[in-house]
Amino acid sequence: MFRWILIGLLALGIAGTAFWGYMEHQEKNAVLIQAENTYQRSFHELTYNMDLLHDQIGTTLAMNSTERLSPQFVEIWRLTSEALSNVGQLPLGLLPFNKTEEFLSNIGDFTYQTAVRDLDDSPLTEDETDTLKKLYSQSGDIKNELREVQHMALENNLRWMDVQLALANEDEPMDNTIIDGFTTVEKSVEGFSEGYADSPIIGTSSEEHQYKHLNGKEIGEEEALKKGTDILNVENKDNLTLAETGEGSDIPIYSISYQNGDESGYMDLAKQGGHPLTVLITRPIAENKISLNEGAEKAQDYLEKHDIASMMLFESSEYNNVGVYSFVYNQDDVRVYSDAVEVKVALDDGEVIGLTARNYYMNHTERDIPEPTLSMEEAKDKVNPNVDIQEEFLAVIDNDLEEEVLTYEFLGVMDNDTYRIFINAMNGREEKVEKLDGTEINFAANF
Amino acid sequence: MVNRKAVFLLMIMIISLIGLQPESTTKTVNAFSSQVIQQGAVGDDVIELQSRLQYLGFYNGKIDGVFGWGTYWALRNFQYEFGMKVDGLAGQTTKDKLVQASNYDEGYVKENINQGKDFTHYGGGDRGGQQQSSQQQEQQGQGEQAGSNVTAVNVPQGYSQNDIQLMANAVYGEARGEPYEGQVAVAAVILNRVESPTFPNTVSGVIFEPRAFTAVADGQIWLTPNDTARQAVLDAINGWDPSGDATYYFNPDTATSGWIWTRPQIKKIGKHIFCN
Repeated sequence: MFRWILIGLLALGIAGTAFWGYMEHQEKNAVLIQAENTYQRSFHELTYNMDLLHDQIGTTLAMNSTERLSPQFVEIWRLTSEALSNVGQLPLGLLPFNKTEEFLSNIGDFTYQTAVRDLDDSPLTEDETDTLKKLYSQSGDIKNELREVQHMALENNLRWMDVQLALANEDEPMDNTIIDGFTTVEKSVEGFSEGYADSPIIGTSSEEHQYKHLNGKEIGEEEALKKGTDILNVENKDNLTLAETGEGSDIPIYSISYQNGDESGYMDLAKQGGHPLTVLITRPIAENKISLNEGAEKAQDYLEKHDIASMMLFESSEYNNVGVYSFVYNQDDVRVYSDAVEVKVALDDGEVIGLTARNYYMNHTERDIPEPTLSMEEAKDKVNPNVDIQEEFLAVIDNDLEEEVLTYEFLGVMDNDTYRIFINAMNGREEKVEKLDGTEINFAANF
Repeated sequence: MVNRKAVFLLMIMIISLIGLQPESTTKTVNAFSSQVIQQGAVGDDVIELQSRLQYLGFYNGKIDGVFGWGTYWALRNFQYEFGMKVDGLAGQTTKDKLVQASNYDEGYVKENINQGKDFTHYGGGDRGGQQQSSQQQEQQGQGEQAGSNVTAVNVPQGYSQNDIQLMANAVYGEARGEPYEGQVAVAAVILNRVESPTFPNTVSGVIFEPRAFTAVADGQIWLTPNDTARQAVLDAINGWDPSGDATYYFNPDTATSGWIWTRPQIKKIGKHIFCN
């Protein structure tokens, strides 16, 4: 009897200990993941900020007016301090990384001093422009190195906790990819003694015109399904699932979808007028049979078929046998950036497999576009003389105050980089300067 | 007897070698496919376009097979100098002019790309005669080149492949097994948060914000994402937003917070309810 009680108690004790141990283990793992995530965040933010910093310095080079330059310098200064704090949060304690930090704070000092100076009285000197150019190319090197490390880290699922361990065990040879990468960054720096980065112009929406263009009368479920079969290329409407949006949606929408093996389709249809807002068709896509250029024609036809008229192609890109096209509205040869539409075309058979027209229906309206008071030549004089202007347009964009303004848009080249510059057509203000990229070295292709 | 056979074999080998010689030279007379090449295009035609423009001194960027801005301006300048319509599109007339005015040695160019050389001096006087001969030999050994020689990729303005990869990790961890549009919607929510003033301003900031995504908290974000997740992220960055401008979503079966139910709901895609 007594023996059994003892055995029972012991068993209970062992079970309890095991349970306690398990809980401890779980907790430890949770804390580890938490710490790891904090490191990861700082690291990815650092690379992103370096990328942004590089772009912003490049943009500064193409700017001309002081009212754009000062805020731009402030922005760069802010980015350097953020990048510095990112570096500070990484467990690099034992790794020499001070040259890079010094480099960052040098950029910060330089931009701060120029930002607080009255640039009208004492504009940038030749030397300072040279310094900027040097900083631009150097930050480009660092950015590329960091992006490379980031790619390796993502590719191989590298953990910062391992870096910490590797750095702590100094006796062992340090062959950690991250450490190697950071050492390379540091070496390359030794060699030389917010706004969002995505195009903020396309499809920017001012609150004033919420879905002005949704005309026509409200459609019912039957009609919505009929439209669905047409747009999604489905023969039988019984295969479609229909759902309605809830109270949180800005406008009432029918969502229609289908699933058929590895093919699926989805679309959002505005109840008002039955206009398609989003279309997404997913299917395996074979080798290219048609070119990006032919795809653009298909996209254009598709838009006309759906009553989205007089759009002009603004950008096109090919990703994995899919052509992605951006169109902007063209009113009397003025490009209206906020009324943008994107179309995806499968380049194997030319089928349109995607459309997003939310921005178009949200912002589109016939605008009263005034006659510009500045001539094209006068506007050109406002552009930084180092930029070699190649193309010019008239465009309506949303400026920093979220007002729609008529501008001259100039596409120009400076030192192998392309810039898009907007000069207000009424008062000559430099409204926006953007550095255009859109291609990148393929890090995954190792030769 | 044996000797004769050997002689015979040798003769066959010599003949076949002679037969090969002219074939390999005709191979170098390579021209574009019939497509009109426009900005954003990727592939062998673009490599040829860039090489030919570089040969003529219009293009001094990298021959990477992606029709970016540098190629665009080079092409326009070429069209301008040769008195053609300046439209930045490589149509038939432009391509004919290019072929007429320049030489293109596909084998040489691709070999250099494959060796990872940053060569930006194709054509002109840079390649002397002695190089010509050695390159001829290399070409014979090359044979069919499997895979692509394109060394760059298109990325949406302002994003790096790594940003896309990180988002794909998050989307895969959060929404694998969801319908495609559900994955695009999750990616769109991340982007909507980046734009929202109440959330961090970077993709990584939003993803790693403590307690924001369960996949981050339990480490599922480090699973290797599939192509679908990556594709969904690209679509979201390119402007698709099936979530209807949502900044939150949750799975009603597993949601532990009661607060999330008080948010105005927009729609349900797959297992997730999207709200703002």
